[in-house]
Order: sequence, then structure tokens, then C-alpha cells
Amino acid sequence: MVVACLTLSGAVGVFGFSFGVGSVAAGASVWQTCALSLFVFTGASQFSAMSVIGAGGSLGSALGGALLLAARNGVYGLAMSRRLDGSLGRRLLAAQLTIDETTAMAVAQPNRREQQIAFWLTGFALYTFWNVGTLIGALTGSAIDPRTFGLDAAFPAGFVAMVWPLLSDRRARLAAAIGGVVFLTTVSFLPIGVPILLSVVGVLVGVQRPVPPPVGAEGSRP
Amino acid sequence: MSWTLVIVLALGAYAFKVTGLVILGGRSLPAVVERCLALIPAAVVTALIVKDTFTTGQDLVLDARAAGIAVAVVAAWRKAPLIAVIVLGAAVTALLRQV
Repeated sequence: MVVACLTLSGAVGVFGFSFGVGSVAAGASVWQTCALSLFVFTGASQFSAMSVIGAGGSLGSALGGALLLAARNGVYGLAMSRRLDGSLGRRLLAAQLTIDETTAMAVAQPNRREQQIAFWLTGFALYTFWNVGTLIGALTGSAIDPRTFGLDAAFPAGFVAMVWPLLSDRRARLAAAIGGVVFLTTVSFLPIGVPILLSVVGVLVGVQRPVPPPVGAEGSRP
Repeated sequence: MSWTLVIVLALGAYAFKVTGLVILGGRSLPAVVERCLALIPAAVVTALIVKDTFTTGQDLVLDARAAGIAVAVVAAWRKAPLIAVIVLGAAVTALLRQV
């Protein structure tokens, strides 16, 4: 668990670095970039907000897309609340650390005690690496031209790494396809940032009930 | 860029986390709502990939980024670690700009 946690932290540090570089390239100051990582602490939302701002989108559309992406942490919170003990103060602290990676690490453990250890260990390690990575990235990004090093491609490449594991699910693939097509067909005539908000219609795929696996599939017929 | 974005996003993101973990607690949402919320990253992040790869402002463009991201997709498909996906995407984009 410790090895998995450290490997993940290293990757998150690099991810934080690319956020830092991209964020200052999009027009944020080093302080603002670090404040985003310290207080927002949910990567996809931070990337999304700065991606829209960098393209010249409005404050409202940047916030809208980022908050849509932040909503899933509420669902992770539901999952974690059944696994974490402790006072209100501890739970308020745990809330800030409730993101994709900490939830995934925790729910993968076999019992409640290890789930709690995994959550706090991953949470503090990621928080540290994400913020140190962001700071180094923001300072680097202020000193160089990000385009020379292809760092403007670091945002979408990071998004690819983020979304790829989700696409093993058929519904997620359909939602992704709808999101991409909605964006492509509306980008040229809607205000910058709005097509990102509209892409969320892809989630309506989830309204349909999942098809239960066929009972007695192949080989089981008499 | 304004500090408003930083402050509102920080408060909003924390509000979602607290709602799930502290306020709703052990209760669960209707299954259809949980299914839809779970699909947000797939839909929105894919749109962000298309945006950052093929557009500048409101214009559709095809440039070095497309090649970089194509390589990143192949790397992700081959289960390369997150670091490799980002570094490959950036490196290919940078190299093509030198040509």
C-alpha cells in the first residue's frame, strides 16, 4: 500500500507541475496558481478552469465547467463517509482530501482499518506532492515559453491519462463520444467555455438503467 | 485573472466534498442521479481534450498538438504511466514545432 501510495504521489507531483506551468501560461499569477492547488485541490476542476480562462472564456463558464467536474467528489464523499470514523473536525479535514485517488486507494483495501490508513496516507502524500509540483511548475512556467517545450499539450495529455481508464465502461464511452461531438459542433458559434458546459449532456446516458448481465450466458444451456 | 475565480472555485469544490462526506453522510442518492454524476468526467474531460487539442479560441485548428495528443492516446492505450503520457504528449508536440 505504501509503495502504491508513493508511486501515485510521484505521478501526481508531475501532474501538479504541468498544472503549474499551464496555469501561469493561461494568465494566473504564481500565487493564484498555488492558491488553486492548496484550496481547490481537485485536479480536473483546476485544469478545466484554467483551460477555459486561457482560451479567453468568461469567469462564469470557467467556473461552471470546473464545478461540474467537482460534483463527483460529493459522490466520493458519500462512499467515504461509510468508511471513516472520527469527530466533525476530522471529517471536515477528510472532506478536503476526498478526490479520485484517495477514494480509489481507500475502497481497494480489504477492511475498515486499512481503508482509513490508506485514505489518510494517500491524502496527505498527494496533497504535499500536488502542491510542491504546482509551485515548481508555476515558477518554471514564469521563466520559460511553455510552447517551446510543448507544455500547452500537457493539459490535454493529462486529460487523456485521466479519462482513459474510465472508457472501459460502455456507457462512459458513449457519454464521452456525446461530450466530444457536442463540443465540436458548438465551439465555432457559442461563447468560449459554453461548449464545455454543454458537453455535460453526455451524462444523460446514465438515465437508462444498466442492462443486467444475461442469466445463464453461453455454455450453461441444458 | 481575477481572485474571484480562485475563491469561488475553492468554496464550491469544498462544498461538494462536505455535502457528500459530512452532510449527507451515510445516506445514498437515487441510483439514477449517482449513475449520471459518475459519467460527468467522461463527458466533460473528453470535451476538454477536444478543446485543448483542436481549437484556438473559437477556431478549429490542426497543428502539432494533434500529433502530440495522438501519441498520448496510444501511450494511455498501452497502459503507460501518467507521467509518460504527459511527457510524450508534450515532447512530440515540441519536436514537431522544431521541424
